Amino acid sequence: MEKRTFIKFTLAAAACATLGTAYAADPIRIGAVLSVTGPAAYLGDPELKTLQMYVETLNKNGGLIGRPIELVHYDDGSESGKANGFTKRLIENDKVDLIIGGTTSGATMAMAPLVERAQIPFISLAGAVVIVEPPKKWMFKTPHTDRMAAERVFDDMKKAGLTKVALLSENSGFGQSGRKESQAVAAKYGITLVADETYGPKDTDMTAQLTKIKGVAGVQAVFVFGLGQGPAVVTKNYAQLGIKLPLYQSHGVASDEYIRLAGSAAEGVRLPSPALPVAAKLPATDPQKKVVSDYAKLFAERWKAEPSTFGGYAYDGLMLAADAIRRAGSTDKAKVRDALESTSNLVATSGTFNLSANDHMGLSLSAFRMLEIRNGDWTLLN
Amino acid sequence: MLSELLQFLFSGLTVGAMYALAAVGFSLIYSASGVINFAQGEFIMLGGMSAALLVQAGVPLPLAITLAILVAVVAGLIVEKLAIEPAGNAEVVTLVIITIGASLTLRGLVEVFLGKGNHALPAFSGEEPIAILGATLMPQSLWVMGVTLVVVVALALFFGRTTLGKAVLATSCNKLAAQLVGVNTRFVLLLAFGLSAALGAVGGILVAPMTYTSYDAGIMMGLKGFVAAALGGLGSGVGAIVGGLLLGIVEAMTAGYISSAYKDAMPFVLILLILFFLPQGIFGKKTTDRV
Repeated sequence: MEKRTFIKFTLAAAACATLGTAYAADPIRIGAVLSVTGPAAYLGDPELKTLQMYVETLNKNGGLIGRPIELVHYDDGSESGKANGFTKRLIENDKVDLIIGGTTSGATMAMAPLVERAQIPFISLAGAVVIVEPPKKWMFKTPHTDRMAAERVFDDMKKAGLTKVALLSENSGFGQSGRKESQAVAAKYGITLVADETYGPKDTDMTAQLTKIKGVAGVQAVFVFGLGQGPAVVTKNYAQLGIKLPLYQSHGVASDEYIRLAGSAAEGVRLPSPALPVAAKLPATDPQKKVVSDYAKLFAERWKAEPSTFGGYAYDGLMLAADAIRRAGSTDKAKVRDALESTSNLVATSGTFNLSANDHMGLSLSAFRMLEIRNGDWTLLN
Repeated sequence: MLSELLQFLFSGLTVGAMYALAAVGFSLIYSASGVINFAQGEFIMLGGMSAALLVQAGVPLPLAITLAILVAVVAGLIVEKLAIEPAGNAEVVTLVIITIGASLTLRGLVEVFLGKGNHALPAFSGEEPIAILGATLMPQSLWVMGVTLVVVVALALFFGRTTLGKAVLATSCNKLAAQLVGVNTRFVLLLAFGLSAALGAVGGILVAPMTYTSYDAGIMMGLKGFVAAALGGLGSGVGAIVGGLLLGIVEAMTAGYISSAYKDAMPFVLILLILFFLPQGIFGKKTTDRV
């Protein structure tokens, strides 16, 4: 599973020659541990492609602070234990300056003690709140948290006057973390969770759970927290059972694949999402419009594949790192860390980042857009 | 109340029929060789993936289904020819390990060449649910159950009424003795792999409209199919069907009446109970060794 990419620095060498600096400007070494294969591959694969693509782009433009960038990456195969081993290798053998990744929350938490001990800046691409709460000195993350997703959904339900909600979550790391956060914030929005059901990530039929939910007295809406095919199966079963209650999903399904899989059953489904899937529909005044449109276009051209919000998290991570290194003017780990912590108004794909000592993610609730599926396409609400 | 019970039952039967189809494939190869073929789930995945991608490429559904079954059969024959046959008279454990290797290889090849995405196949007879006494059933579920029934009857006839079927049974019973009476045991093994790959593919294709398919869809189906086969008694066709349906219904009832949190523990509870009280499975043969 080991893979290494050394992005060669021919162009960067030319840039150095013109600057008259020493021939071999040491490359900035960015390490990455991603789940490129295994069950989380659909997250890790676009993340790696994004990092490779933008490291190339940055190098073409002369690198960072006059030095080329070299990406050293490993694939943990969606196994948290492996993420730990590869992180050790990145720190001890590859002597990287900064680490991006940890595709899943499990992998990130497995990497955490190592980066804290080695005192190396680390930007995770995973969602769980525990990564940045309480803030750990060297750890940062780019995606919205599952708590924010829950809050955004509950906020929308509250506006619609829905107070009795059934929760159906996947019994994976993502789903269970989402379930916990949903339970924690529901009361804040005046929401009572009247059912709490789960399903397995590879389950093929959820009609039993949905029938049970349907039978709960007074239930007004259903909120599903899951990733990949499970939520699509739930959506189809929902239509099969003829349940007329509003159906909410999490940001875990914010990709075109979900609409394609669930088909007409997905009509009317609401979910919180980063701006990426609706890049073309954002108003011209939206500060994120250019960033997400450019990212989507470049990704589609370079890889002949649909851009995903997950790749966007990697873009955000790399941009946070690049911005911090630029402002620090060096790769001194402590300086880069301090610069990361003082990131302000960095517009990226997940939203506008404003980090501080207390907030190592730096996104506000408004970074999530509420979407509804209408006529087989995303519609931007409010 | 009745409609709820009925809905749980439908859910269990639909899922159970899928498990049963997977289990029949396990039983077939076990009958012929005594080997538990852990690549069975991969044949299911290959069928579903090939059909879904062919339909996406514009091939009409019936042709896509035929081609997808062919793809799986070819894969099954290749696995037998290149991996099982060269092992010769190796121990059963060695052969089992070989099938695990074959399954990883197949999964890896599909991942690299067909991608990591999830794919759907259009339902064969529309998406309009059928309402029965307040519960609903998708037409596709009827396809799954119907084909499962046809398959088990066909297999029963094959094993009970044809010389070839009896040759398979003879091979599993005693390979050497079968060879001595003129059974081409190599061919029997090849046949078993081809046939179980075809069965797996049929299962994968039938369930793809309901469950979607991806390069790793075979893991869960393979696992549940194996549990179902062991429940029913390895090597027994009827056992595979009963085991599959039992597993599906118990899962659905657990999710419906107790808690969905315990649903995934049920297969393990069931298999422990069965192994404890009926070590040969529900329909397994009671064997006695004469010394």
